Amino acid sequence: MALQSLDIWRRSATTTPSPSQREPIEVAKLIDVTKCIGCKACQSACQEWNDVREEVGVNIGSYQNPHDLTANSWTLMRFAEIEENGHLEWLIRKDGCMHCADPGCLKACPSPGAIIQYKNGIVDFAEENCIGCGYCIKGCPFNIPRLSKEDSKVYKCTLCSDRVAVGLEPACIKACPTQALVFGSKEDMKDHAAERIAELKERGFENAGLYDPQGVGGTHVMYVLHHADKPELYNELPRDPHINPMVAVWKGITKPLALMAMAGAVLGGFFHYIGIGPNEVEEDEEEEKA
Amino acid sequence: MKITRRQFFKLSAATLGSSSIAVMGFMPGEALAEVRQFKLARTTETRNTCPYCSVACGLIMYSIGDKAKNAKSEIIHIEGDPDHPVSRGSLCPKGAGLLEFVHSKSRITFPEYRAPGSNEWKRVSWEWATERIAKLMKEDRDQHFIAKNDKGQTVNRWNTVGFLAASASSNEAGYLTHKVVRSLGIVALDNQARV
Repeated sequence: MALQSLDIWRRSATTTPSPSQREPIEVAKLIDVTKCIGCKACQSACQEWNDVREEVGVNIGSYQNPHDLTANSWTLMRFAEIEENGHLEWLIRKDGCMHCADPGCLKACPSPGAIIQYKNGIVDFAEENCIGCGYCIKGCPFNIPRLSKEDSKVYKCTLCSDRVAVGLEPACIKACPTQALVFGSKEDMKDHAAERIAELKERGFENAGLYDPQGVGGTHVMYVLHHADKPELYNELPRDPHINPMVAVWKGITKPLALMAMAGAVLGGFFHYIGIGPNEVEEDEEEEKA
Repeated sequence: MKITRRQFFKLSAATLGSSSIAVMGFMPGEALAEVRQFKLARTTETRNTCPYCSVACGLIMYSIGDKAKNAKSEIIHIEGDPDHPVSRGSLCPKGAGLLEFVHSKSRITFPEYRAPGSNEWKRVSWEWATERIAKLMKEDRDQHFIAKNDKGQTVNRWNTVGFLAASASSNEAGYLTHKVVRSLGIVALDNQARV
């Protein structure tokens, strides 16, 4: 391991334990939706840093561009116009990987080492190990990973693991001109959010709050929302995200059962050999054939 | 090597068994380095100012090569300058995408001239361009300069020409622009002081 900040916590489809003595701090990105002006500097900075470029798209009557996350657009400003308390509100949410503490993508992935969770909380895809099966897309409670049509590998936000590894903030965080994006230790981000939420409550947003869903063990990308009681207002942000139970069925029950069946077959064969013995073949019979 | 029928079956069974076990995830994965190496480790950093608007955010341009004689520099990344008092590292989407601006195929890198009535742009030298501009300015100024107004007061105005200065000028560049333009008598001086 090159850098301590990239100590591995978990790897997909791997049963050997990761080194677990060192405990680097957990990092987090805080997205203050209430400060975002939807300028998309984060989108630009993301593509610039990661050397990916989105194709020029078409307008579909919204500022949202591109229309959805793609293998090249790992973050996207989602624009929602809603009426709340008799006012028109324009809610702009920066969508992208939430870097769950309990990542559904990693649990669903069958390819060893294609999805890695670092000790600092970053969930990263190693595309060279990706087999393009798309299980991570099904496993993600936030519908984030996108399969590339060009190379049949899945891409998503890396929380700029390459920058964080050398002590820098992610590219989107640095670019943000309104300080809607903040980066630091998870503890600091929670404190920062608490201050901001108190301010919002003072200004009349009674339901302001932090989005750090416990259904996925908390996330390393958190939101400050003015309407934390109704996260679905923000372009269907899930109220209580959970990993799809099918992932647990396949990886939690079916896989060990299949392994037991396999081990049973091997053991059965062994005891059959001990107890009954091999099928004797007459020496002369074999010689005849040879 | 001679393999009996029985040996062949044993070998096949062993191969099948071990490959199945590997598929089920029993093989230790190969050691992994970080997913992507930090791409700016030894790049050359150059300070600059964003060319777009008058906010004039600070930039750092990262180029490959250490300026050795045989290494040709090329800008590979641009991001905000955290020490810049105006922007403190942040940028707008246009500034954050400046790399595309630098490498744009339609970027103009030399002066061009389109003669009146012509629809063709011709490449010209900087000397030719500045000389032509100077001559035309002098011609126009000699013709339209207003030294005194109707009341006989000295005004020294040159109203037929305006001057649009750059947005990302320093204090010093702004001072010099002002001195040059006002000493010619130009009243209509503006900066591209807007986004």
